Amino acid sequence: MTTFLTAASIIVLVTIAIGFVRVIRGPGKADRLIAAQLFGTAGVAWILLFAYATGKPGLSDVALVLALLAAVSAIAFVKRAWKSAEEEPHESA
Amino acid sequence: MSLLNGASAALITVGVVFFIAGTMGLLRFPDLFTRLHALTKADNLGLGFIVAGLALYSGSWMVTIKLVLIWLLVMTSSAVASHLIAQAALRKGIKPWQAP
Repeated sequence: MTTFLTAASIIVLVTIAIGFVRVIRGPGKADRLIAAQLFGTAGVAWILLFAYATGKPGLSDVALVLALLAAVSAIAFVKRAWKSAEEEPHESA
Repeated sequence: MSLLNGASAALITVGVVFFIAGTMGLLRFPDLFTRLHALTKADNLGLGFIVAGLALYSGSWMVTIKLVLIWLLVMTSSAVASHLIAQAALRKGIKPWQAP
């Protein structure tokens, strides 16, 4: 079972690595950001699988932190970094 | 015990397949909106299957509750982030992809 969990975690890690192709290629900024969202979701799955493969269930706290940071990064991107110059600032918050 | 481990392995395998599908969608789909669709739905379903498999493998109620809470947090944050990104893209005037 440990071998199976390790293999599954390696496959999920490979899907994250393949998803980073979109960071390099993606035409817009948002395409690059949703690859970071992939790192948020699949990174949580990878850490959970890795935690139980190595017998250290405390690593699931790291998964929680990663999930929180992925949400905060997406919100900060939309609210701060993705404003175009020609858009009028009709929102104050 | 072996039956539980088998069910856990089956659930984790299904979850990994959903992750592979999500990454394929991220690479192959033509548009920002379709990529969001592939990523935020398929990956959260895959994470749910993996969490279910790990909960069966751990065999403890406290661990199960914690794993399900992590999954709920990821699902909520992913839904909010995808709606924010899609709304901002529509407001910026990015047209959704149409079949030619």
